[in-house]
Amino acid sequence: MKPHNVAVIGVGQTAFRSRYDGLTYPELAQEAVMLALADAKLEPGQIDAVVFSMAPTTFMGVADADKWAVDYTWARGKPFMRVHTGGATGGSALQAAHAHVASGQYGTVLVVGADRITETPDAQFVLNLIWDPFYEQDFALNTVTMTAVATQRYMHLHGTTEEQYANVVVRARRNALKNPSAHLKGAIDVAAVMNSPRISWPYKLFDICPRSAGAAAVVISNETLARERCTRPAFITGTSGVSNTVFMGDRMGPFADTDFADFAELKQAARECYRQAGITRPIREVQTVEIYDPFSSFQFPQLESLGFCESGTAQRLSDEGAFDMDGELAVNPSGGTLCTNPIGVTGLVRAAEAARQVMGRAGDMQVPNVHNALATAIGGSTQFFTVTMLSDEPRRAAA
Amino acid sequence: MSTKTATPTPPHHVVDGEWHVRYNYPVGEVGAKFFDALKERRIVATRCSASGLTYLPPRAYCERSFERCDGYVDAGMEGTIEAATIVSAAFDNLPKPPYAIAFVRLDGVSTAMANFVRGMDLDDVPAAAARLKPGTRVRVEFIAEPQGKVTDFHYVLA
Repeated sequence: MKPHNVAVIGVGQTAFRSRYDGLTYPELAQEAVMLALADAKLEPGQIDAVVFSMAPTTFMGVADADKWAVDYTWARGKPFMRVHTGGATGGSALQAAHAHVASGQYGTVLVVGADRITETPDAQFVLNLIWDPFYEQDFALNTVTMTAVATQRYMHLHGTTEEQYANVVVRARRNALKNPSAHLKGAIDVAAVMNSPRISWPYKLFDICPRSAGAAAVVISNETLARERCTRPAFITGTSGVSNTVFMGDRMGPFADTDFADFAELKQAARECYRQAGITRPIREVQTVEIYDPFSSFQFPQLESLGFCESGTAQRLSDEGAFDMDGELAVNPSGGTLCTNPIGVTGLVRAAEAARQVMGRAGDMQVPNVHNALATAIGGSTQFFTVTMLSDEPRRAAA
Repeated sequence: MSTKTATPTPPHHVVDGEWHVRYNYPVGEVGAKFFDALKERRIVATRCSASGLTYLPPRAYCERSFERCDGYVDAGMEGTIEAATIVSAAFDNLPKPPYAIAFVRLDGVSTAMANFVRGMDLDDVPAAAARLKPGTRVRVEFIAEPQGKVTDFHYVLA
C-alpha cells in the first residue's frame, strides 16, 4: 500500500525560560496547543489523535505526567499515546505521528509536549539515574560527563580545539537574538566562552545548554487536508530513527562497529531519510538544518555524519563561516538547543523550526528559498537518533 | 544574557516536594558471576564464541551475533583509555569535584568500561586532560577489602 503524503500545517511554541510559575505543567502544554491550532486554523474537534512528547518526568516531579495532560490537550475521546526516547523524544513523537497519518488511519494528528527542568535544583543528578545501578551509575555519568568523554575522544581523533567549540556558541547565541522564543541569546565572543567556569573537560559553562521550561506543538495532516488548509505546508518527506546499545563503551576502540565520537548512527539514519526524500547531495539540496546540539561539540560530528561535509572538516568550515546564516548551510537559525533545551520537546522544536523555514513563517530567522530543511534529535546514552526532512513538495517517489 | 526575568513567586504559591523511593535490584545470574569474582580481585567478562567478542560490563547475549554469550574470561589487569573527562563542577549527590572518569578497554576485552581514574593531580585541568588521552595505558587497582560491588576497583595511570 502506498503511504499517504504527510505535511506540517501548523506549529506553536511558547517562549522558553527558566521557570513558568504562572502555569502548571499541563497548562503550559495547553498554551502550545492553542498556538498550534491557531496557526493551523483548526478547532480541537478536527484533531483525530494526540501524540504526547514527554521525556523523563523526574525533572518536573509528577510521575508519568502525560496522563495529567489529557484534557488540557483536548485528547478526551481520542487515541492518546506518550512517546519517550530521552532527548530524541520530540523526533520520535513526530515519527510516530507521521506513521499515524501516512498509514491512512488518521487524517490530522497533534503532537504536543511540555517540559520544565528547574522544578528540581539539579537536573544532572536526575540524569545520573538513567544508568543501571550495577555497572555504570556509580561513576558520576550524566548527560554532561557522558558527552564530555565523547568530545574528548572526538578532539583526539580530529585535533579540535576548545576555541573551535567556543565559536559554535558565539554563532548560536547570535542567531538566537532573532528568535523570540529562545532562552539564551546575545552577542558574546570566544573569550567569554573560554573564561566561563570549567564544568567537565573540555566543557565550560557556556558550552552547555540552559535548563528550559516551555511547550511546543505541531499539527500534521494528510496531503488532501493539508492542501485545503494551508497555502504552503511543510511536507515530511523523510523520517528515520536508529537506536544503539546503552553501553557507550561498546562504541569505542578497534572492535566497535560505530564510534561514540562520531555519532555514526546518524549516517545510517540519514541514509534512510535521504532515500525516502530523494536527496542525493545534501549540501546542494538542503538549505538549512535544525540539529540537536545541547553541547557545543554536537554540531561537528552531526554535520559530518549527515553528509554535509567530510569527516574532520566541520571544525574548519565552521571557523570559515560556512555554517553562518549567510554561509553555505544555515545551521540552527533559531540558536538551537545550545540556547534552549526543554528536554521533552526539544526534538519537536527542531522539527517545528525546520517546518517554519519551509513554510516561510520563520520571521527574522528566515533563510531565503528553503526547499528542504532537516531536523535531528538525539537521546538516551547518546543512543537514540532521529532525522526528519521537511520539504516544500511531497515525496517524488513512493517510499 | 537571558531576556526574561521572572516575577518572584511568593513562597506560599509554591508547594515543596521530595521523593523517597526504596528499591532492591537483583543482579541476575550473569551479574552474580561478575560481582562474586570482584571479591577475589578478578574482573570477569562474558565471551561470545560466535562473534569472538568479549564484553564488559558482562552480557547474557552478544549484541552483535544475537547468540548467548557462552564463556566467562578474566579481564587483564591493565588496559587502554578510549575516552575520558575531568569533572570540575559539583552535582547534587555525585562525588565532590575534581575527579576523572575514563572508559577503559581492559586487555583481552572488546569493550570499554567506565570507572574513576584515581591518584592524579587534577588542579591544572588541561594538563591533566592531556595525560588521559585515548591510547593511554592504565592499570586496575582494587580497594583494600572488596565488597562484591563495581566500586571495588578503579583505574590508575600505568
